[in-house]
Amino acid sequence: MKIKSRKKSRLHEIWQQLKKNRLAVVALFIIILLILVALFASFIAPYPYSQQNAKLSNAPPSAEHLLGNDKLGRDILSRLIYGSQQSLSMGVIAVAIAATLGILLGAVAGYFGGWVDSLCMRLLDIYQAIPMFLLSVALAAIMGPSLRNAIIALGIGTVPGFARIMRASVLTVREKEYIEAARAINAGNGRIIVKHIIPNAIGPLIVQITMGIGGCVLAGSALSFIGLGVQPPIPEWGALISDARSVMRQYPTQALYPGICVMVSVLACNLLGDGLRDALDPRLKN
Amino acid sequence: MARYIGKRLLLLIPVLLGIALVVMIIIDITPGDPARMMLGAQATQEQVDALRDQLGLNDPLPVRYVRYIWNVVRGDFGTSLMSKRPVISEMMERFPYTVKLVTLGTAFSILIGIPLGIFAATHQRTWKDNTVIFISLIAASMPSFWFALLLIRFFGVKLRWLPISGVETWQGWVLPCAAMALGLAALIARQVRSDMLEVIRQDYITTARAKGLSEGKVIYRHALKNAMIPVIMVIGGIFGSSLGGSLITEVIYSIPGLGQYIMTGLNNRDYPIIQSGILIISTMFAVIILIVDVVFALVDPRIRLQYARKRKGKGEKQSEDKESKEVAAS
Repeated sequence: MKIKSRKKSRLHEIWQQLKKNRLAVVALFIIILLILVALFASFIAPYPYSQQNAKLSNAPPSAEHLLGNDKLGRDILSRLIYGSQQSLSMGVIAVAIAATLGILLGAVAGYFGGWVDSLCMRLLDIYQAIPMFLLSVALAAIMGPSLRNAIIALGIGTVPGFARIMRASVLTVREKEYIEAARAINAGNGRIIVKHIIPNAIGPLIVQITMGIGGCVLAGSALSFIGLGVQPPIPEWGALISDARSVMRQYPTQALYPGICVMVSVLACNLLGDGLRDALDPRLKN
Repeated sequence: MARYIGKRLLLLIPVLLGIALVVMIIIDITPGDPARMMLGAQATQEQVDALRDQLGLNDPLPVRYVRYIWNVVRGDFGTSLMSKRPVISEMMERFPYTVKLVTLGTAFSILIGIPLGIFAATHQRTWKDNTVIFISLIAASMPSFWFALLLIRFFGVKLRWLPISGVETWQGWVLPCAAMALGLAALIARQVRSDMLEVIRQDYITTARAKGLSEGKVIYRHALKNAMIPVIMVIGGIFGSSLGGSLITEVIYSIPGLGQYIMTGLNNRDYPIIQSGILIISTMFAVIILIVDVVFALVDPRIRLQYARKRKGKGEKQSEDKESKEVAAS
């Protein structure tokens, strides 16, 4: 009970800091809105995403179809709304995978030090020597194009950043008294890492996770754009841009909307990340 | 200095060996038989088996790995399954395109990013600063392939100023380089701004001002020089990651570079191309990072001195330094 209330006050403190940054609050609001749109897409979208209407091929915006129709006569607004599900889940799940692996790797490397640390860091060196986007593209292509494989590829591609920050953070926590106390009461290494090291060292990762989601939405849309992510007819923002490419000459607005969606969500993540960094920075407190 | 560079070059070898192994394992654990791919669905099992034997695909992974490395050392990067030509000669034809694209793109982004960053820092907390920050935030959040399409639509289709694809003429390079440079310029501008702001508060800047130097001299001679050190790191990283990013740009603008080559290799499951392509791009990436680190050591007297008196306080100092670089890089 006591622990719970303390946690609350810490969150409250961060919120108090964050509130001062108007842009970050707006960004948070946009992110919540996007998540709600994705969750309730089937209620909000006026039409099913794959409903075709040959008569309305490339139709301009009208009262029934607010953003017009694509070349197969599908309602663009509905496809954008459903697209948010795929695009956002790509970002969130990929970062969840990357952060989990990165936190474990970083915690183990930082906590044990010595040859374990050297081994992990050299592995990361190899990992990072392959440009991240190239690695994701190669993984996605070799595993076969699908949403699941694209998410795995993105997740695996972004592990090193998380692992390095976690390790640096663990190094500052490792020598604290409470770790020594845990060791003194004969807690095992696994318990110390999971119960004491990770919760205390995870702070600096919050910013990285927020911005990572934006980065993965961006990279995920690029994967779908080159046909390695979500497969048609399921809509995803990157895939929608790719669809609109063939009619770019006559109907450029079709490509405009999904790009704006990607941009706004990535921008919101970056702004919130910036805000959180300032809110978490003890130097800026008071 | 020579010893430092030598040491870094030696450290490069295990990294490259590791990359080759990682790529081989990834290809190995994914389903799909390259021999079957080459021969098509009608081929008999005997034909497939014969080809597998001929390609050496039946050998265990360590044997294939050692053989691959041995071939690479001798300059043989394998033969493309589709075109039946050596991968290395096909790559060499495409190499100049990618290098040109990445170099021009990075140069563009530096030319735009650094002045913008300085401008924002010297006008801190004014609307000029805010505008630069906001524009760079938007630019960094834009999908580069989307921006590339918009550029084509506007300058290629609507205004007809520039060709929409192909790089036969110099005009053809403008749009792809601009598309690559946008996001990178935004990153550089933000980095320059925050480093400049940090440096401007230092005592030696106050000293420079106090002795009556003009503002221009203070900014460009004293502040910028010191602020550039972390910026060089960022530029190195950007240069490297744009090697990966060039993939999409090359596909959109049909530039016959390495990225497009690897994309075709991936689509056709042409394993020698995938394997050697990733190895070669990663080598370029690693060499760029190495050059950046060396430049870094050359321009920063603190690091230069540290290597000069290396014998005294070896151990910790170096690893400490590396640590801080790693954090900065991530």
